[in-house]
Amino acid sequence: MTSPPRRYPDYDVLDKRDSPSWDDITRHVVAGRLNPPERQFFDDALWDVLIALCDTIMPQPDRDRPIAIWIDAALAQNRTTGTRYDNLPPMREAWKRGLAALEAEARLCHGRPFHDLAQDAREALLKAIDREEVAAPEWNDLPPRRMFREVLANEIVRVYYSHPDAWSEIGFGGPASPRGYVRLGPNRRDPWEAEESAATRRSAEP
Amino acid sequence: MISQGSEIRAKDGRAPDVFSRDGWVAMRQYREAEEVDVAVIGTGAGGGVVAAKLAEAGLSVVAFDAGAFYRPLADFASDEREQDKLYWTDDRISGGDDAIEMGSNNSGRAIGGSTVHFQMVALRFRPEWFQARSRLGYGRDWPVDWREMWRCYDEVEDALKIAGPVTYPWGPKRGRYPYRQHELNASAQVLARGAEAMGVDWSPCPISTVSAPRGKSPPCVYRGFCKIGCSTNAKQSILNTYIPRALAAGAEVRDLAMVGRIETGSDGRATGVHYHRDGEWRFQKARRVVVAGYSIETPRLLLNSSSPSHPQGLANAEGLVGTELMVHSNHAVWGVMEDEIRWYKGPPSMAVCEHWNYDDDKDFHGGYAFMSQGPLPTDFATSMVKNLGVFGMELRRRMALYNHMAGLKIVGEVMPTPANRVELSEETDALGLPLPRITFRFGENDRKLSDHALRFMRTMHEAAGARDIFETAGSAHLMGGCRMGFSAADGVVDGAGRAFSCPNLWIADGSVMPTGGGVNPSITIMANATRIAGHMIGAIARGEG
Ligand SMILES: Cc1cc2nc3c(=O)[nH]c(=O)nc-3n(C[C@H](O)[C@H](O)[C@H](O)COP(=O)(O)OP(=O)(O)OC[C@H]3O[C@@H](n4cnc5c(N)ncnc54)[C@H](O)[C@@H]3O)c2cc1C
Ligand code: SF4
Repeated sequence: MTSPPRRYPDYDVLDKRDSPSWDDITRHVVAGRLNPPERQFFDDALWDVLIALCDTIMPQPDRDRPIAIWIDAALAQNRTTGTRYDNLPPMREAWKRGLAALEAEARLCHGRPFHDLAQDAREALLKAIDREEVAAPEWNDLPPRRMFREVLANEIVRVYYSHPDAWSEIGFGGPASPRGYVRLGPNRRDPWEAEESAATRRSAEP
Repeated sequence: MISQGSEIRAKDGRAPDVFSRDGWVAMRQYREAEEVDVAVIGTGAGGGVVAAKLAEAGLSVVAFDAGAFYRPLADFASDEREQDKLYWTDDRISGGDDAIEMGSNNSGRAIGGSTVHFQMVALRFRPEWFQARSRLGYGRDWPVDWREMWRCYDEVEDALKIAGPVTYPWGPKRGRYPYRQHELNASAQVLARGAEAMGVDWSPCPISTVSAPRGKSPPCVYRGFCKIGCSTNAKQSILNTYIPRALAAGAEVRDLAMVGRIETGSDGRATGVHYHRDGEWRFQKARRVVVAGYSIETPRLLLNSSSPSHPQGLANAEGLVGTELMVHSNHAVWGVMEDEIRWYKGPPSMAVCEHWNYDDDKDFHGGYAFMSQGPLPTDFATSMVKNLGVFGMELRRRMALYNHMAGLKIVGEVMPTPANRVELSEETDALGLPLPRITFRFGENDRKLSDHALRFMRTMHEAAGARDIFETAGSAHLMGGCRMGFSAADGVVDGAGRAFSCPNLWIADGSVMPTGGGVNPSITIMANATRIAGHMIGAIARGEG
């Protein structure tokens, strides 16, 4: 498993923290993001499943930014999205049942807990769930694809891309207030934006 | 120091000055036992306009909103996760074959409603759409004369100082937009190039953010966070236009005030509203009530306001409340460009093509517009997860191309269908109010429309140089649920917004739209609210309201 090439090797969005691109509330919010709370919601068993799931959905061989703890924090606050699909339970229960079903599926298919599986076996298992090919009775009436995409993967991906390192990784300008941007046209860049490495720019290949 | 949106601010004779970091403006207040002329529920596109217009006409107005009263300069972070505070995130039960995503997808909760985080696209309806049934053979006619709407659009576009092109290619000849158009970002230029290759017109998109200073609003700085709230006040939302007007004209605005029930007397007339604020249920007496909570909360509130005189729910004598809920189809094509696009810069949709709204040579009813795109990172990443199921290194690789992406997304007209609706569920929320249950399914015509759009946009995007194209499906906006009609059997309210079965109740939000059109709805909602307010003021002056 290799990380994607670094397209913006010299860019760190946090370097702009004290520039006019950041305002007080953004500094405050992002500082909080870099400072995870204690676990409150998940027990040890589900926690292991969640950690392994985060590593599979957003693998980070090149770094180790916490994701799971933010999901725990959101559920501890009973933070909801506004959508409860009628074939899914409420958010907290959905997470508990989804992770339990994933764990049961791993044990049924491989005889081992999900977090003990190799990365490619975990990926394959998640792809099967996404194709709705599941066998564990724990799924019961849960819709596997919706559970996987709309609850589990959705939130893990949201947390990953809310970290400043992820903004640097993709060359996103990041916070921009009060200063925005001046150069808007193609291939134009303000001095405070990420510069793409010549090699990747020429290829524009993944 | 920092508001999490949980403190009541509009009280003690003052309300937040939205143009300051911590300042105040004076606010008139009314006693609950005092029968005010009008209680307005919801302060978004519809309610905000009505509150301002009625107060300016000299009526005593109290406007309620479940959301917080923000000061953009101090409260809006450049951060997607933090800004979830602007959305209606309470559970709503969503089902049906094409269950609608709620929350950040279509529902705001703040003083200013969903306009606080809307993307500012300001397009008028095609005139024929107001008579879709009789002139185009589908949907419903509006009990409204399009020329009256045209005058109200003029008023609203001026109130928001819409920035747009000197000439707009579609629709009746019009005057220039109040403010000059913005410089196009790279993402918009991709749309322009594609349209020229296909031989269809395109236009810089008229948008509700100023291109030159206006009062205390500085010109747009192209920071691109519009969808999660504009922290500079360049965006002209209800929060920084009509709300200050309403306050200056003597309206009271009550923030963090959730209306749970409209009370009615034995004669069937509304007598006031029960609302929850500061930890307790309270009651405000009112001579008239205007509901503007949008297409889910308006039906929910009416259905929850049953009484001996309205046993099936308020204004629901014919069982129409909650029916014919509509969305816009929001399908899109995305591709990788050779150029660096950096679509995070500037408002997300700076170019538009309305060709298929005005060309009737199609094998389906209705039309669609499409616009250039500029999603923020988590928005874009999650749309790939939800639509394509990609995750892992594959997702990180795709996201690494973020700055080379360009996309085209439609606002597609969806046919009104009775089975697409809002009802009350058995479950209740923390205040004891029944949760809404929403059922939705795209119909045959809706699918034909989105297929047509995806085919056309794919060809066009390729012509503009995009490669590795992929598609996503989705919905945006809400409309209908309490439609205007010509008679009690045809609609919940009449063309003036007044309920057929409750003479001192009006509805003035997106829920009254009988059809959705192929454009983003908010200036149509605002123009219609302007019209409804005008009719109300006239009726009251004649002693008929
Ligand atoms: C992300 C996003 C982008 C959009 N972009 C565009 C765009 O570019 N162009 C466009 O034209 N439209 C856009 N829209 C749509 C537009 O914002 C809405 O159509 C419009 O604001 C709806 O107006 P409304 O008055 O019906 O409801 P809203 O503006 O949503 O206002 C309803 C208000 O009522 C309050 N409320 C509801 N129930 C109660 C109750 N019981 N008690 C007290 N308060 C209550 C809510 O808190 C809310 O503030 C967008 C919407 C979203 C979500
Ligand atoms: S791009 Fe303009 S309108 Fe959008 S958030 Fe920035 S300043 Fe506001």
